[in-house]
Amino acid sequence: MVFGRDGRSVPVLEDINLDVSEGEFICLVGPSGCGKSTLLNVTGGFLSPTSGSITIDGQAVHGPDPRRILVFQERGVFPWLTVEGNIGFGLSKLSRAERDQRINHYVRMVRLEGFEQTYPSDLSGGMKQRLQVARALAVNPDILYLDEPFGALDSVTRLIMRGELLRIWQTERRTIIFVTHDIDEAVQLADRVVVLSSRPAKIEAILTIDIPHPRNISSRRYLELRDDLLSKIGLAYTV
Amino acid sequence: MNSLAKPAGWEKFFWPLLAAALLLALWHYSVVWTATKVFPSPLSVEKGLAELLRKHVLWSDIGDSLRRVAFGFGTAAIVGIPLGLTLGWYPALNQVLNPVLQILRPISPIAWIPVAIIFFGIGDRAAVFLIFLSAVFPILVACVSGVSNVPAIFRRAGRNFGLSPTQILARVVFPAALPQILIGLRIALGVAWLVVVAAEMIAVDSGLGYLVIDSRNSGKRYDLVVAAMLVIGLIGLTLDLGFRRLEKIRSVRWGFRHES
Repeated sequence: MVFGRDGRSVPVLEDINLDVSEGEFICLVGPSGCGKSTLLNVTGGFLSPTSGSITIDGQAVHGPDPRRILVFQERGVFPWLTVEGNIGFGLSKLSRAERDQRINHYVRMVRLEGFEQTYPSDLSGGMKQRLQVARALAVNPDILYLDEPFGALDSVTRLIMRGELLRIWQTERRTIIFVTHDIDEAVQLADRVVVLSSRPAKIEAILTIDIPHPRNISSRRYLELRDDLLSKIGLAYTV
Repeated sequence: MNSLAKPAGWEKFFWPLLAAALLLALWHYSVVWTATKVFPSPLSVEKGLAELLRKHVLWSDIGDSLRRVAFGFGTAAIVGIPLGLTLGWYPALNQVLNPVLQILRPISPIAWIPVAIIFFGIGDRAAVFLIFLSAVFPILVACVSGVSNVPAIFRRAGRNFGLSPTQILARVVFPAALPQILIGLRIALGVAWLVVVAAEMIAVDSGLGYLVIDSRNSGKRYDLVVAAMLVIGLIGLTLDLGFRRLEKIRSVRWGFRHES
């Protein structure tokens, strides 16, 4: 992937080769500005690669598609729609009864019962992100792309949201590609963590997190994997 | 009283009323002390207002002015909103038309009066045309900037959920730009109310603007002039307050700052 900027070409991604299986939870980590989000946008079809290709189930990806929904860091929900309106946004092709049933299901899944008629301006940051995930899941996508979805939340809410996301992922079993700059987040969530180098980003390492859920975040294996990941990124573990 | 202290209930009315009363007193004593024979005192204005109401001309003049504003402003909204959305949606088209619009925009509607009379003759339609001209530009500008300020992630989300470009315009861009469009409409309504008075002084023989100029021309009745001016001010205020209520509609309220 090469970007043109000020008449010069800036290579952002180079020689990326990654296979993701169905239902897998992948975390992309790497130094800030390395091209994590670019990789996510290319795989989602929001940007076309300058060379190479993306294939999903043997089909080449051209452009965005409701089967692959991107969840943004913040301000992704529509402020002019209620919680119900947001979840139902992608469901206009369904019959009314089906749509209501789908909305109900996902309101409950993200625990926003009682807030159906509430507008996003009256929701907390964590609730807005849950709403965004519900809106994405409601259209029944195969893949969810999450671009630092909890990056704007406080650390307590972030921890709760990770638990919520795992719970949803375990019941719904979608493929998830999750960009984060938070090492702990990656080790807590992912099946595999893909470490990118600084720009132009290459895959530095792929780390399999072999701890079953729910993960004990003070277990020895957890700390080992965490240290491993830190050293792969090239960070010391002292502050 | 600082902005943190919440005024007590009675204070909210007391201080503005006191200010108004002081202003009226200042006006009254200025007239008395200068012994002017031309400028009316508040009392004679009040008598003039009563006279206008008694002769039943006031209501029909108010009705005529409001009707012209409704037609001119309505047409401006019907033309301006779709055109503005289109220009905002197609930046290339906007680049082509924007210079022309920017040249037309600063021309005072008053300067258009001779042209309006050539086009429409003396009469209602010339006045409505002038109001249309005054209102359409604020609406256009608000729509164009409203559309171009819609955050990119909203459009991307719309595209991601499989919406066609027309659907994105209707279901994402329009609602996202609506608060700004409403601000443009409110400004346009204010300008329209300013211009109707000017237009009625020249192009027609009814309405509040005509009442002002006619009261002066037929016998220098400055008590009636000032009475009509006050009525114009009060109706303008009412229109603005009425329009502001639209900002409280739940699907646009996010776009306005409200004290909680």
